[in-house]
Amino acid sequence: MSRTRTPVVTGWFAGEGDDFRLLGTRCSVCASVFFPREDAACRNPGCSGGELIEVSLSRRGRVWSYTDSRYRPPSPYVSDRELKWQPYALIAVELAAERLVVLGQTVPGVTVADLAVGMEVEVVPGVLNEDAETTWTTWHWRPTGVTA
Amino acid sequence: MTGEVAVLGAGMHPWGKWGRSFVEYGTAAAREALSDAGLDWRQVGSIVGADTVRGGYPGYVAGATFAKALGWQGARVASVYAACASGAQAVDTARAQILSGLADVVLVVGADAAPKGFFRPAGGDRHDDPDWLRFRVLGATNPTYFGLYARRRMAVHGDTLEDFAQVKVKNAAMGALNPNARYRKRVTAEEVAASAVVADPLRLLDICATSDGGAALVLSSMEFARRHGAADPVRIRAVSTVTPRYPTTVLDLPDIATDSALAVEPAAETFRASIARAAYEEAGVGPRDLSLAEVYDLSTALELQWYEDLGLCGEGGAAKLLAEGATAPGGRIPVNMSGGLSSFGEAVPAQAIAQVCELTRQLRGTAGARQVAGARVGVTANQGLFGHGSAVIAVR
Repeated sequence: MSRTRTPVVTGWFAGEGDDFRLLGTRCSVCASVFFPREDAACRNPGCSGGELIEVSLSRRGRVWSYTDSRYRPPSPYVSDRELKWQPYALIAVELAAERLVVLGQTVPGVTVADLAVGMEVEVVPGVLNEDAETTWTTWHWRPTGVTA
Repeated sequence: MTGEVAVLGAGMHPWGKWGRSFVEYGTAAAREALSDAGLDWRQVGSIVGADTVRGGYPGYVAGATFAKALGWQGARVASVYAACASGAQAVDTARAQILSGLADVVLVVGADAAPKGFFRPAGGDRHDDPDWLRFRVLGATNPTYFGLYARRRMAVHGDTLEDFAQVKVKNAAMGALNPNARYRKRVTAEEVAASAVVADPLRLLDICATSDGGAALVLSSMEFARRHGAADPVRIRAVSTVTPRYPTTVLDLPDIATDSALAVEPAAETFRASIARAAYEEAGVGPRDLSLAEVYDLSTALELQWYEDLGLCGEGGAAKLLAEGATAPGGRIPVNMSGGLSSFGEAVPAQAIAQVCELTRQLRGTAGARQVAGARVGVTANQGLFGHGSAVIAVR
């Protein structure tokens, strides 16, 4: 039986391949962008509050900072305790057009040794974990020019 | 000044992994604070507890828990939760009650029995909780954020791993002198470098542990202090509990992204810097007036960040300030003479209160081998998850 591909959170990203994008919302009055999406009300305290419209975020950004996880994180992070722990890297990425920073895991195989602050990265679809029925999908950051 | 309250007593339960209930730690600290103040528990008109997690409904109970353990005596009660800022908010609540005339004497207590290893969110499938989401989606532990800040400082300011290690060396030397600290052993830079990487570039000895512990204060009106025979008590002159201002542009625990700076230009000062500024403005003092500071060194790199946010030096100047010895014993502005979280570990609701206990001892001149000579003004600084500012200024 094949697993169903399901986003780990609903409405934060969409698309496949080159069309994959993070999704946020934009206030129709003040143009503030929110990620994760804000659907209730604009959080700019000086804004009268407008309609929040779904927008795709920039595909590429630059590394604001990065780190990794040398020890297995606790639940609700899901990992196979039967397997030896493999650290993954995390990057905080500055998106120039939206003027915000988004955290995310790197594509598998990219380590902190491959990264530098200011380096360009792009968002790509990724797999967070799999269970019996479901492949939980997420976003990953990948240095541009590097193929996963 | 009319805005001041007196610190009549301070008490602590030693930090460690004792395997007992937070009630025991908090009650022990409270009894020590009452004894230090020379007051009977029945003279206390109000008790304010900094909350911790306890199983069962409603889960977060502190003020009444300690009141029951000390013996119900009809006092006014309050409990506050503000993550790492819980202790400072408890002090602030007590102060507000005293200044408004609701109570003459208030007991403030915080205690915790922390889990081993990483802090983690409560269970369940909670997609509306940013704290749950960062673990589920990213596996982003608290050290993840400390690692991001550290790496950013290295890239922007040129800080080195050796700079970070020297913070640990300094704080461990102070912790070795503090009977309430969990870790009481000096550490060398080589030992820091030899410890395992937790979240690149930070190592085990760069990051504070989780611990059990308790701390308590007895606060009163200045008028009560005089009647009680305390003519020149340590006084709390400011408590900062400010929230951030939109848009926040530093990725903070537990957020997955910052606010967008598209519509509103960010303020020139960071959230952490605004916490300190609010305290300075309320107290009518500035960084140059300080005799000492107690800051939340969740990581060695974060202590350096606080130097700048407290205005002890300019942006990017922290490693130099440390290297000059300005923040060490005998320096211009000693930082974390208690040993800091580096030596204590985190006992979340207690730590901000413990910082004020250290200021109290230093300002009284009773800090023993850790004493900062002639201490007159001290500041504490920390930051509570979810946007809770926390700084206290005490004077003598």
